Amino acid sequence: MNPKKADKIAVGVIYMMSGIIVLILASLLLFILWRGLPEISWEFLTSPSKSFQVGGGVGIQLFNSFYLLILTMLISAPLALGAAIYLSEYAKKNWVTDFIRTAIEVLSSLPSIVVGLFGFLIFVVQWDFGFSILSGALALTIFNLPLLTRTIEDALQTIPATQREAGLALGLSRWETVTRVILPAALPGIITGMILAAGRIFGEAAALIYTAGQSAPALDFTNWNPRSITSPLNIMRPAETLAVHIWKINSEGVMPDGTQVSAGASAVLILAVMLFNLVSRYLGKKIQKKITSA
Amino acid sequence: MKEIHGDFSKKSKKRKLESFGRTISFVCIALIVLVVLSILYFVISKGVSTFFVDHVSLKDFLFGTLWRPGEVGEDGNPLVGALPMIVGSFGVTIFSAIFATPFAIAAAIYMVEISPKTGKKILQPVVELLVGIPSVVYGFIGLMVVVPTIRSIFGGTGFGILSATLVLFVMILPTVTSMAVDALQAVPRHYREASLAMGATRWQTIYKVVLRAATPGLLTAVVFGMARAFGEALAVQMVIGNAAMMPTSLITPASTLTSILTMSMGNTVMGTLENNVLWSLATILLIMALLFNILTRWIGKKGAMNK
Repeated sequence: MNPKKADKIAVGVIYMMSGIIVLILASLLLFILWRGLPEISWEFLTSPSKSFQVGGGVGIQLFNSFYLLILTMLISAPLALGAAIYLSEYAKKNWVTDFIRTAIEVLSSLPSIVVGLFGFLIFVVQWDFGFSILSGALALTIFNLPLLTRTIEDALQTIPATQREAGLALGLSRWETVTRVILPAALPGIITGMILAAGRIFGEAAALIYTAGQSAPALDFTNWNPRSITSPLNIMRPAETLAVHIWKINSEGVMPDGTQVSAGASAVLILAVMLFNLVSRYLGKKIQKKITSA
Repeated sequence: MKEIHGDFSKKSKKRKLESFGRTISFVCIALIVLVVLSILYFVISKGVSTFFVDHVSLKDFLFGTLWRPGEVGEDGNPLVGALPMIVGSFGVTIFSAIFATPFAIAAAIYMVEISPKTGKKILQPVVELLVGIPSVVYGFIGLMVVVPTIRSIFGGTGFGILSATLVLFVMILPTVTSMAVDALQAVPRHYREASLAMGATRWQTIYKVVLRAATPGLLTAVVFGMARAFGEALAVQMVIGNAAMMPTSLITPASTLTSILTMSMGNTVMGTLENNVLWSLATILLIMALLFNILTRWIGKKGAMNK
């Protein structure tokens, strides 16, 4: 076969395979939206779920998902920020740093179910938090830390060394250089990273089924006393999230309209992930503009 | 001239602030390392208690084919053979990687070498979006689309290794593709120019130069995909059928390490043999994650040496 012919054939095959991929991925998205969007209504998004009857919503699960997301970010963002500052600004090139980096890499490669089981063992059983939002948020923090640390570190690393030198030359200490010079400059990258991490947290289920639990007790949305068991703010109550709900409906199969509810919930999840994606891009660009052209 | 006042035996405010910041950031990183070490310690120490407390032999556990925790076999040993799950896990991982690799590399070639413009406009956003789709959604689609299709083509229940493979294939495809794109983009431009200048066609350049130069990166991408497939729990659990038996074909219900863990952990009592063997399964998962990690490092080192 002459090379020109081979070239044509090979490129044709590549075109075809790429076409197939686009087709699979596009039909996947369209399928979810086509099946799920008709299910979504204000009532679906706000009413509580029903186990054995038709017509349940995902209101409590949706609230739980966001509440867990916020709590997880509150715990993990400062930790990841501190860790990233250490790695990017203070860490020397020696075996300790190598060890730390290896540990973070190992953590990011652990299957999320293992993280969930660890959370079950330590938070739920040993520390006696039970199946609760607190256990779930701690497990999600572990799940989230390695990637968030890495994205923040990358964002800090993109700031040129001259900025650091300028800060130090003006008599600032290293820590002041970091907080006054580097962090503001790296803010767009950090925020983008955090929002992308939020998308990951929002859809995670395997780490939650044995930590935040698989039940969503009724909530009283007028009761804002965090210590009451029916209060939405209570962090010691079990809290099934949207992603866990989809899994549970499908593996139990007792809900008569389970398919419709999971289709609607899946569409909500995907829309949320898309939204996180878009917002992170938009914010990243906007902040960048504000900082550079001001 | 003014005299300098102040006590120089004490730390200045700045020095204090500096050591405060340094300490805080070190505490954060130390906490993460502590978490990693305690995960390794607790999971493994629970996992090995099957062998040291309940005295199950490692050979029975790894190569036994009967999984009925709580029951005792004819020879008086508990029936905790994990081979069906180990085979299931490796089966879905290897098959999905075999499916996904050519497609991911083809898409990456398309995006980097053939048509970067449309690649950037259409493929890249789609791929990026799909990386973020939650795994339960993949499982749900598998349940709605893949399982019925398999059922109508091959008969049976439709649940099994084949369905799990197809779901994992779609799931790891975006990850592997985006890493393969990075690998191809890392190949220096002058490699291509040199090859084209020698009269090579586009395909010859891609096949004989670019792909060879990007091999370590491509391998890393595939290993990453495999690690993700191996550790995926819920999407697989939803479509594989969850029968803890040696798989006899690709379309009969089977199970993986993760699916059994998902199903059973809540139904056992801490400290019993039934519970300990589950932790042993989790230990296998953990060790495999470490091995995948070592493998990518090794590939990276080899690739760096060749350059």
